[in-house]
Amino acid sequence: MKLKHLESLLGRLQQFSNPKVELEQYPTGPHIASRMLYTAENSFGDVSDKVVADFGCGCGTLGVAAALLGAEHVIGIDVDPESLELASLNAEELELDIDYIHCNIKNLGLRAEVVDTVVMNPPFGTKKKGADMDFLSVALKVASQAVYSLHKTSTRNHVKRAALQHLNASSAEVICELRYDLPQMYMFHKKREVDIAVDLWRFVPQSRI
Amino acid sequence: MRLLTHNMLSSNIKGVTNGFPLRIEAEKVVEKQVDLNIDFLKNMFPKIEWKALVSASRTMGYAELPEEVEPSKLDSEEFLRKFHHALLELHLEEGALVCPETGRRFPVSKGIPNMLLHEDEV
Repeated sequence: MKLKHLESLLGRLQQFSNPKVELEQYPTGPHIASRMLYTAENSFGDVSDKVVADFGCGCGTLGVAAALLGAEHVIGIDVDPESLELASLNAEELELDIDYIHCNIKNLGLRAEVVDTVVMNPPFGTKKKGADMDFLSVALKVASQAVYSLHKTSTRNHVKRAALQHLNASSAEVICELRYDLPQMYMFHKKREVDIAVDLWRFVPQSRI
Repeated sequence: MRLLTHNMLSSNIKGVTNGFPLRIEAEKVVEKQVDLNIDFLKNMFPKIEWKALVSASRTMGYAELPEEVEPSKLDSEEFLRKFHHALLELHLEEGALVCPETGRRFPVSKGIPNMLLHEDEV
């Protein structure tokens, strides 16, 4: 599938109508989501025929992108039931078979080894400090091949240090820097549109063998 | 929810030492056809907890999987088709997953298991 086609399919997905600020629900736009999964597939072979988990899937964009690129089994996990309902509808609309689990990522009991790749756009941790690192910690325990994640560029050094020193990653590389167009979704956003720099990371977990 | 998801999911309640496999209470099971992907199945086979898959598929009304299985079986297309069906085509639509240690029920509704823990369980 071509990148443009992937992006246009993702553009049809329904987004949150009532985003919950405490969960930092910002949708992963089709531009970023398509590039993230396209790179994972075409540069690293981490998607097609793989088991992919989407942590904090929200309305399901990253998981849908993985399924469109040929992942054999996709699991979306979120703490918010309304998001999961929307994600199910989005998957159904595109005739994709995706499993969803209603769970807090921190308390997720998912045994290691079976999931190849974790993709996620975690809460950036601005409302709940450390939320992004909690996600990354669980992701690196669950994934056997790679974790793809978005983090604010301003936290680059911190993310790298935490991943390598505390979360057992064997490598942590920024693949590219993206602009995150954040439409004004919440009252506390003063400007109409906020444009922040985010890094697309690829983490490799330590081999468990 | 497919049985592949069930095969990796466990109860993570505080104090539980072995929350796997979750017992299935099946109220409604649906089947959705998926194309056979032999390479995927061969690659997945060594990662599967076989006993859990056999017992889960039986609870879901599918009794075709053998209790014990030798890796040589992977050369048989007939076996692979059964493995494929159990792993990827059977869906638990309504029912519950039950923690094997505490008996705590995690309800499954519209195919989505609710694994949220209460405050006193984390």
